[in-house]
Amino acid sequence: MNLTDFGLAAARLALGRREFSARDLTLAHLAAIEALNRRLNAFITVTAEQALAQAAAADAALAKGEGGPLAGIPLAIKDIFCTAGIRTTAASRILGPFVPPYESAVTANLRRDGAVFLGKTNLDEFAMGSSTTSSAFGSTENPWKRRQDPEIRLVPGGSSGGSAAAVAAHLALGATGTDTGGSIRQPASFCGIAGIKPTYGRCSRFGVVAFASSLDHPGPFGRSVEDCAILLRSMAGHDPRDSTSVDVPVPDYPAACARGIRGLRVGVPREYRVEGMAGEIEEMWQSGLGWLREAGATIVDVSLPHTKYGLPTYYIVAPAEASSNLARYDGVRYGLRVPGEDLIDLYERTRGEGFGAEVKRRILMGTYVLSAGYYDAYYLKAQKVRALILKDFTDAFAEVDALLAPTAPSAAFAEGEKTEDPVTMYLNDVFTVPADLAGVPAISVPAGLDADGLPLGLQVIGPPFGEEVVFTVAAALERAAGFAALPAIRAGSPRT
Amino acid sequence: MPLDILTVRRIARLARLRLEDSEIERLRQELGGILAWVEMLDELDVTGVPPMTGAVAMALKMRPDLVTEGGNPEIVLGNAPERIGDFYAVPKVVE
Repeated sequence: MNLTDFGLAAARLALGRREFSARDLTLAHLAAIEALNRRLNAFITVTAEQALAQAAAADAALAKGEGGPLAGIPLAIKDIFCTAGIRTTAASRILGPFVPPYESAVTANLRRDGAVFLGKTNLDEFAMGSSTTSSAFGSTENPWKRRQDPEIRLVPGGSSGGSAAAVAAHLALGATGTDTGGSIRQPASFCGIAGIKPTYGRCSRFGVVAFASSLDHPGPFGRSVEDCAILLRSMAGHDPRDSTSVDVPVPDYPAACARGIRGLRVGVPREYRVEGMAGEIEEMWQSGLGWLREAGATIVDVSLPHTKYGLPTYYIVAPAEASSNLARYDGVRYGLRVPGEDLIDLYERTRGEGFGAEVKRRILMGTYVLSAGYYDAYYLKAQKVRALILKDFTDAFAEVDALLAPTAPSAAFAEGEKTEDPVTMYLNDVFTVPADLAGVPAISVPAGLDADGLPLGLQVIGPPFGEEVVFTVAAALERAAGFAALPAIRAGSPRT
Repeated sequence: MPLDILTVRRIARLARLRLEDSEIERLRQELGGILAWVEMLDELDVTGVPPMTGAVAMALKMRPDLVTEGGNPEIVLGNAPERIGDFYAVPKVVE
């Protein structure tokens, strides 16, 4: 068995039994990156030296029978988490030269637990996108191929597309992502892996390059639900440096994966059945409900009446917060500087050249909806609709323990599709955005393949701080789905 | 409501974004399209609904108002595109 074939949970057991060393496991993943990253472009920066030093420390700890819960586990870090001494770009030209002097809370927690960092993964610029095509460092390729058309480059989803592609192609055992409108769950669905966005406040945002502060949720990717549970347990926890970080104990998430679902009530939100959704996605949804029923859950129809207003609400709130957060990039204190005739000219040239098209569009949209005379009509109104969307979830969770829905309205699409009109691209996030607006936890689990042989994910949504029930239901789905398909492009594959 | 070129220029100025003339017409159309789409929210009556300002209902924690770190200009200025001594350098703003 190739060392890149292990899942995170299995590798952890094998490392504990000293069946192989953290160094060998790390070298195998670095070799896989060396072989495949030129093609996939999943990593912006590879940190081989750092990884080998962390692996050596893990081996020393493991030899003494010590070592944290992630000792020697090679991970990929989305290049939006600040890593001390390692360039952090958010896939933007404007942060191209930025080397943070501090470490994000989430990556510090992973380091504390012994993880090995292989490098920093590609994303849509400032996490604004659903395809990882807007990166200043080039697009990431989805390792999955259409059966009939293996030459076409498919997108890995986004914005955390580099992390999802790296985990799917066996270049890393797990990865970090951030989910503001679906940026963990949609790429997990497109790449045939699992990814969870926990409750808002569960993972600290300290050291995460800010996009939309009331919506940004750090979370993990893994090739199984249990792998995500192991990672989230390390990433989560209170942090006084993020005033929205919640001071509640972090439960034993891996234990939740082993529980049964007998007696749980799972809701089917009827508004998630949208026009134009592929028939295969509807069928897979029905299969998922059948699996849960067979495992002893009760399926209940529920209504989330404001679902269709989620996307327009998001595309007011998120750009408004982004325009404010991104005001800090002025060419004075860090990042790119483009000289100008005076200070204002320096700001305008730096930002004009430093930001890509989608980021500019969102900054302008945000500036417009916050500008004098429009604030009440757009921003205040959107905040009120957001309250109605949260109430939909609160009402639903008074009746059910969790909700089951598709993750995305389609499988991975080709690069260049859906780019002519921004609204078409935004529609990708129709099923993921509501959970971000409400701040509730949600996971995507691979549930099947479409007729082209591409993976499709199902989404389990839970009440605030209900990650355990989310993991329990997701693990039950995973066991029933028996999803074992692998992408065409992956480490150790004969085709690559 | 369609946007005009002058409005796009005005918000670009507010956002301190220099736009090329070729970008402005495209952005005018795209932003106009997004604004027309979000008008869907006008179907809803939100009278009396309090605006949601945070994702999780919680009271902010209190902490003592103490200096916990600082006093290291080399770290603070480490990423400065241009510096003079312990200061960030910018083009002259006062004649």
